[in-house]
Amino acid sequence: MTTPWLDIIAESFWILLKILLIVIPLMISVAYLTFFERKVIGYMQGRIGPNRVGFHGLLQPIADALKLMFKEIITPNKSNKTLFFIAPILTIAPAFAAWAVIPFNAELVLADINAGLLYVLAMTSIAVYGVIIAGWASNSKYAFLGSLRSAAQIVSYEIAMGFTLVGVLMCANSLNLGDIVNGQQGGLLQWYIWPLFPLFIIYFISAVAETNRAPFDVAEGESEIVAGFHVEYSGMAFAVFFLAEYANMILVSMLAALMFLGGWLSPVSFIPDGILWLFLKVGFCLFFFLWFRATFPRYRYDQIMRLGWKVFIPITLIWIIFVGLMMQTPIKDMFH
Amino acid sequence: MNIKKLIISLIKGLSLYELLIGLSLTGRYFFSRKITIQYPEEKTPQSARFRGLHALRRYPNGEERCIACKLCEAVCPAMAITIESEMREDNTRRTTRYDIDLTKCIFCGFCEESCPVDSIVETRILDYHGEERGDLLYNKEMLLKVGDQYEKMIQADRAEEAKYR
Repeated sequence: MTTPWLDIIAESFWILLKILLIVIPLMISVAYLTFFERKVIGYMQGRIGPNRVGFHGLLQPIADALKLMFKEIITPNKSNKTLFFIAPILTIAPAFAAWAVIPFNAELVLADINAGLLYVLAMTSIAVYGVIIAGWASNSKYAFLGSLRSAAQIVSYEIAMGFTLVGVLMCANSLNLGDIVNGQQGGLLQWYIWPLFPLFIIYFISAVAETNRAPFDVAEGESEIVAGFHVEYSGMAFAVFFLAEYANMILVSMLAALMFLGGWLSPVSFIPDGILWLFLKVGFCLFFFLWFRATFPRYRYDQIMRLGWKVFIPITLIWIIFVGLMMQTPIKDMFH
Repeated sequence: MNIKKLIISLIKGLSLYELLIGLSLTGRYFFSRKITIQYPEEKTPQSARFRGLHALRRYPNGEERCIACKLCEAVCPAMAITIESEMREDNTRRTTRYDIDLTKCIFCGFCEESCPVDSIVETRILDYHGEERGDLLYNKEMLLKVGDQYEKMIQADRAEEAKYR
């Protein structure tokens, strides 16, 4: 009688262990992504960035985390207290939950579900609720403006992003992320980035917009609305928003690597495939995020809307039709 | 003509031409020489004319230079200097009080320029601080102490600048 229960407990424990195996390295990479962001942006501005805490500043993220942990969490008097504290959790939970379906190599995946891509899209869409609720619950006009902007922006770019993914799943004939990567086997030239190049560019720019990063960071917009939706947050509550933003950055870079850059597959046949390739590609994408932030000034709000609705959505639609047509012609092998 | 312009702008826009130019610029700076100065270990070169913390000087025999002429007090545009004076036993006029409010001071160097006996000077010390309110209200003793401590440096700086004064 007791064995099925034991099995269930053992199973849950095993799953929990696997979750920790994903979440803890993710947290560490988030911490060090903030460090590398400061370093990279510093280098691009002719500075050397943080280098005081630890060897070459390598302990800086830990010092930052400690500082944030010991800071007081201030709740505004007229805020909605419950929502005020639910909001950060609602932002970070989807950012982590989406990692459940990410395959790290052919076997290494927590939940190998068939609708993986849809699941990821659903999770990244939920994340915007955290931002909206944070802005609403703060009962501050800056926070409210920030969350309104963020809501409109994420809704707009979600569509363009969804269409680019339609192109990918037309090529791969599958929503399973593992299958999408396996469809790109056979070296550098088989990656989906080549037949879907415009979609890749649009995916990447939409990803920057989705994660509220510069030059699309109007939700924060320091120079206009102070800090946007998290203006009233301090201490760990603020840090959670920060964590979520960077976790989302890594997530969308991971998706770009999986869907367009061949995931864990090696670009040349004489070097074996491996998880290192995936990390290399993710790092490459993340570098672009930092590079963009160091380069571009913030978009004006109406220009963001114009870019999303009047440029990206038409281009993605046209390219999807183009891909569909090409698949009916003799050169269809290029699209598989 | 207009159609040609439109096509050019379309091609430029869709190929992200301007954005790539911007990225290449920051990309080049990424590999450029870094100009950061590691402050406590490295310092930028300082002029002998640098106007930092104030000091009151003494003559080599230990007599304080200030004769309480109050020119510095008069010239100070921020009204940071307060002087009170009286006759000493040897019938010379000396200050009984010489206060500089460093929170008011704008470091213009007029006090130094106006001083007929090179008593009040601005040294090249810039990294002083106060931890409590009032720590930056310097009185005569503190200023003289600064002067005594850095007399060598002050002398060297004056000597270097002598030909221009």
